[in-house]
Amino acid sequence: MTDYRTWERRTPQQRVGRYVLILIAVVATAVSWQLLQINYSYLGTAPVEFMDLVNRMYPPNVGYTGAVVSPLIETVHIAILGTALAILMSIPVSLLGAENTTPNRYTFLLGKFIISASRSVNVIIWALVFVIVLGSGALAGTLAIAVRSIGFCSKLIAESIEEIDPGQVEAIQATGANSVEAAIYGIVPQIKPAFIGVATYRWDINVRASTIIGFVGAGGIGVELNTSINFFAWQQVLTILIAILGIVIVSEVVSAYLRRKVR
Amino acid sequence: MLSVTDLQKTYSSGDEALKGVSLDVTGNETVSMIGPSGAGKSTFIRCVNRLTEPTGGSVELDGLEITGLSGGELRDARRDMGMIFQEYNLIERLTVMENVLSGRLGYVSTWDAFRRKFAGDDIARAYEVLDRVGLKGHEDNRADELSGGQRQRVGIARAILQRPKILLVDEPTSSLDPETSRAVMDLLTEIAAEDDIPVLINIHEVDLAVEYADRVVGLRDGQKVFEGDPPDLDETAKGQIYRGEEIPEGAGPAGKVVAADAPGEAVTEEGDLRST
Amino acid sequence: MATEQQPRREWSRPTAFYNHYVKWAVYAAIAVFLVWSAWNMRISLDRIVTGWGAAVGLIQGMVPPEVTTQFKNDLLIEGLVESVAMSVIATIVGVLLSIPVAFMAAENIAPKPVYWTGRGIITGSRALHELIIAIIAVKAVGIGALAGVIALSYKTIGFFAKLLAEEIEDIDTGQMEAVEATGASRIQTMLFGVIPQVMPRIVGLSIYRWDINIRHSTIVGIVGAGGIGGTLLNSFDQYDYDFFLTIILAIIAIVMIGELISTYVRGRIQ
Repeated sequence: MTDYRTWERRTPQQRVGRYVLILIAVVATAVSWQLLQINYSYLGTAPVEFMDLVNRMYPPNVGYTGAVVSPLIETVHIAILGTALAILMSIPVSLLGAENTTPNRYTFLLGKFIISASRSVNVIIWALVFVIVLGSGALAGTLAIAVRSIGFCSKLIAESIEEIDPGQVEAIQATGANSVEAAIYGIVPQIKPAFIGVATYRWDINVRASTIIGFVGAGGIGVELNTSINFFAWQQVLTILIAILGIVIVSEVVSAYLRRKVR
Repeated sequence: MLSVTDLQKTYSSGDEALKGVSLDVTGNETVSMIGPSGAGKSTFIRCVNRLTEPTGGSVELDGLEITGLSGGELRDARRDMGMIFQEYNLIERLTVMENVLSGRLGYVSTWDAFRRKFAGDDIARAYEVLDRVGLKGHEDNRADELSGGQRQRVGIARAILQRPKILLVDEPTSSLDPETSRAVMDLLTEIAAEDDIPVLINIHEVDLAVEYADRVVGLRDGQKVFEGDPPDLDETAKGQIYRGEEIPEGAGPAGKVVAADAPGEAVTEEGDLRST
Repeated sequence: MATEQQPRREWSRPTAFYNHYVKWAVYAAIAVFLVWSAWNMRISLDRIVTGWGAAVGLIQGMVPPEVTTQFKNDLLIEGLVESVAMSVIATIVGVLLSIPVAFMAAENIAPKPVYWTGRGIITGSRALHELIIAIIAVKAVGIGALAGVIALSYKTIGFFAKLLAEEIEDIDTGQMEAVEATGASRIQTMLFGVIPQVMPRIVGLSIYRWDINIRHSTIVGIVGAGGIGGTLLNSFDQYDYDFFLTIILAIIAIVMIGELISTYVRGRIQ
């Protein structure tokens, strides 16, 4: 049956599949490259331009530091409030979007729809929408962050709800507890680590996001950054970038610490 | 006393897990229910407190019919039935004390339950019960820090904190080693005697069943094929329960009750494949 | 039964913090902080009322989405095509650049100084948001798709090299040693002992990253780095809200298609 003289790693179908995949990738690359019509002369001058930019940025404007503090605090506020709102709203959404807690098929689809609608629009686009509705400012940014985060948080929390051990819920029901008590004792402790993990992880992501929604006027340090760039105040730009880096690193450390603390 | 009459359970897939089983458990007796996997032992116990909804028959606890009860009434009835599970079913991430006190959830308001606020009497009793099951000093440990035997003791403590009128015990030893199994069985029978409540245990280790039970019930393929005192459980009876052998004419010892309806049907092998 | 002493009648849950006072202090601090944050938002009834009016106006302006004007449709298609093309090129370039960085940042095969350099590159790439990188790229190479490709490629390095390095750290070193034992050079060891083990992961991650790059390629245009984002910002600035909605719907569609393709292909590879 088997021909031992030839050795082939894969079956013919697999090989054809791989070739087709590679071919698609190559064609996609070639077509994309063609479409972009990149002017390579810019690439040649890029290092010069970049060095020029660096020279104009350095040294950072130390005197400007004071002016950065307040927008930086606003950035953190946006991230925290946005995450808190998202987490609150993702509790019902994740209950709808988890197969074992959703009341029926339609509520399940509703949950899934909210999750994917929230996730497929970028935070900066949500920010644009809320700036139109509420005018520019931190409120628009907070709502943009919140709405964008609902999908992410709900999806992960729904997954952890789907993985709970039903036996623990059953045991609580068997003692004569009502369904709310069964949820408090049987479900909450089981999803608490995932819940806190998701919240802090998303907060970490939201700190980064809240640094840029200011580009479209939705508050935070991005407003400052955008203004400085428009006025070609490059030394201020570097100050702001350093401040952003600092806050991103702090948030990452805090989020990692919190996630370790909750087992 | 618990009185079960003609209990039936047919799953929506058409599987008949219970084909009319009747059983009385009274006083402070320990009744062991044995049978092969898929015989319907777990389904029977779960139908008593309606974790599984029976499709026919009646379950009475001290004269109260359980099967027709709705929400609040069912919860009140469940407070009187302590259940102990094969996989312990403790809330793994909560402390031992919270697990034990959860036995009182049927008696506290939801808000107090949320704040973990229980009556002083309940807490005093929880300490006492923890001492009784040999877990003194472990109240602040998290359940997932305990060994299997210790977890099952927490499960027992949770059930007795309910002050139940009966203990329903579903395969208490199948996740434990032989020595721990014995300790758990000792504890269960001790409690039955001290608190003067009956215990219904389903178990698949026949030697444990015989050693600890006052009465043995054999289930096969959703039907009761044996009921009698432990000494009556001879090779013939075991053969009938586990291999579905026909009883030789006139060979049945006194006390053996064969399922009244059509024993021939009970002799099929398909029951072995069904999971409960 | 007789107990030797009166059992305790109180019990409280041990807390993750040092004691219950610390716990309440932490909760109070969080509450105060949230109130402070909310206060800073300057939410007033007035704003909510105006906002509601604006929202109704916006939705009326948006619906139905604009699909009839030919030149706008052309703009839309052009922007979308550019976004997708940017995502493809940025993924390829980013992945090619990431692979050596990943090897540098794998603790089990790189010498310490190289390891820290690799980690440094990854952290540098991950620290700043793609829009900030895009701004700098626009300043360096001018407005257009090239800046977008540079920004997305740069962000790809941090993501891809980090995950691939973790994968390399998890490989079976036995296979690597077996290749080394045949007398292979260091590069040959990488090629035969390491690459085959992580190849499926490289393909899977590339497609996953492409999916992410599509999302990002639709917004870097907001700062002038090419793609549909520029068209979106223009329609926003010109209060052309029905076209704005069309673009958002198109972006959602393209993002979902990307996600579907990515999920499907990754499912097939595994």
